[in-house]
Amino acid sequence: MIPLFIALPLAAAFLLPLFGGRHPAFADWLANGILLCLVILAFGSIGQEAVYHMGAWSTPIGIDLRLDPLASLLLIAVSVIGLITAFYSVQYMRTYTAKHRYYGLFLLLVAGMNGVILAGDLFNLYVLMEIATVASYALVAFGCRHEELEASFRYAVLGTLSSIIILIGVALVYAMTGTLNMAHIASRIAEIGMGPPLMFALALFVGGFGLKAALVPFHAWLPDAYPSAPAPVSAIFAGVLSKVIGIYVIARLLYNVFGVTEVELEVLRWLGVISMVVGGLLATGQWDMKRLFAYSSIGQVGYIVLGLGLGTPLGVVGALYHLLNHAVFKSLLFLNAGTVEYMTGTRDLKQLGGLNRAMPVTRATTLVASMSIAGIPPFNGFWSKLIIIVACVQSGFLGFAATAVIMSIVTLGYQLKVQRHAFATAPLPGSAAVVTEPRLMCAAMILLALGCVVLPLLLLGGFASPLLIGPAKEALLGGVLTLLPEAGG
Amino acid sequence: MIYSLSLLLILVGLYGVVVNRNVMKIVLSLLVMEHGVHLLLILIGYRAEGRPPIMDATTAATEFAANAVDPLPQAMVLTSIVIGLGVLALLVALCVRLYQRYGTFDVTRMRRLRG
Repeated sequence: MIPLFIALPLAAAFLLPLFGGRHPAFADWLANGILLCLVILAFGSIGQEAVYHMGAWSTPIGIDLRLDPLASLLLIAVSVIGLITAFYSVQYMRTYTAKHRYYGLFLLLVAGMNGVILAGDLFNLYVLMEIATVASYALVAFGCRHEELEASFRYAVLGTLSSIIILIGVALVYAMTGTLNMAHIASRIAEIGMGPPLMFALALFVGGFGLKAALVPFHAWLPDAYPSAPAPVSAIFAGVLSKVIGIYVIARLLYNVFGVTEVELEVLRWLGVISMVVGGLLATGQWDMKRLFAYSSIGQVGYIVLGLGLGTPLGVVGALYHLLNHAVFKSLLFLNAGTVEYMTGTRDLKQLGGLNRAMPVTRATTLVASMSIAGIPPFNGFWSKLIIIVACVQSGFLGFAATAVIMSIVTLGYQLKVQRHAFATAPLPGSAAVVTEPRLMCAAMILLALGCVVLPLLLLGGFASPLLIGPAKEALLGGVLTLLPEAGG
Repeated sequence: MIYSLSLLLILVGLYGVVVNRNVMKIVLSLLVMEHGVHLLLILIGYRAEGRPPIMDATTAATEFAANAVDPLPQAMVLTSIVIGLGVLALLVALCVRLYQRYGTFDVTRMRRLRG
């Protein structure tokens, strides 16, 4: 079952450009069908813990895929957000040509992300990450207009640079430990200790994957790349891509492979807080809706990294919970911005206004997402931010807790700016007439808005160990990886 | 040491990426960096006087392990070269499209996006 997560979208990604061109509806059905299968598989993987040996080669020789509760959590996030955005694309992507190629790239992206989540060794993690990022460069440039090409080029150059940095790290780890399998590396490091070369490799990993996650000193590509991509693509980028190939890998390597030390945690905390502050403040100055959300993404990722940097069980719960919540509400906000652009032809807040009446569904869902992201109870964002802030206070970082609270208020500020300028004010003279909102796009947005309302139910499992997230936290904090029993093919 | 030469190659590439204004030259500098890393990987698996890592029926596994160079980094480099080719093709295609739109290869004159 485990290899299907990669094989299904990969196979469909190759079939689509071949056969999708003649029957556009076929492309829609195939892409959505495959993603639906992935959602079912992902939910089926809850609670399982297993290793799959590719081609039945045993562990040090063959390639391992590794499934644990943390991987399940991210697989669910990827497949659900993937399905909803693909569903949204059915209508949205009609404005572009070559929809089947778009789906091909989209599924390639999903295959790469699933692969990164499941990869059991460093080099395959690198290869699958490259599959995901190459697909993402192409998706950013999909519209082929001036801005899109420019953003894609910048993103591609910085992305390739970070991949090279990561590859140097992989080479160093291999040179020092003589193995690439994560569990083997962990046990070798326990024997030989963290020498300077391994510390350097770890620094390269944090830098390289930090660039993919757009943490603040490495964030320059993100505000160009996200707004330039088509809306569903920005949604999946902000929702899951930056988390899977950035945050998840950093967390996995730090907690499960290299083992955490206080210095590493301190670096993470500072990266998190700086991202939180800079991302939030830059967001308030933006007038392009998607660009504003892109900066806000940097800020929210800062919360996740801060939670991870605390290293306490509660901090990690908060981080993983916020990761899941952010995937839902940030995708929703990007889909909202996409709908606004689809209907009115612009996403400049200065030119918008009075969409209140014309677009009731978009307005309502944006409101839900805004309240979630700003941390208004009872929506999901409130709970995860609360957990992170409580965890900060528990660990004695009062300054960080206060910063998190203040940035939450700043978040509320820029979300209200969107509400006010896009929806509440009277329409400007000469703005385009608006027809009713497309049904499929509304359905996708409503599903995500429901997610914002439903996700707090995960806390029913208890505050310190919510459903789904509790086991994932255990997997992350359970120390370095050990070899697991083999799973059936 | 010989390792520092591959590091030098990586740094030359990095310098090229940072300093060049021509998009094609940036892409080529990335390529130089990438090959620096490939050389580093090959060096990691290298063993002086080592034999090619091809196992046949007459060699014993222990003798093979004692004498052959490490084949794994070579496999990694092959994979990485293929990935690099894919990325290069995409980057060059982007450069061509950029030239069609802007009529120039100069990055400083592609400024539709603001910070």
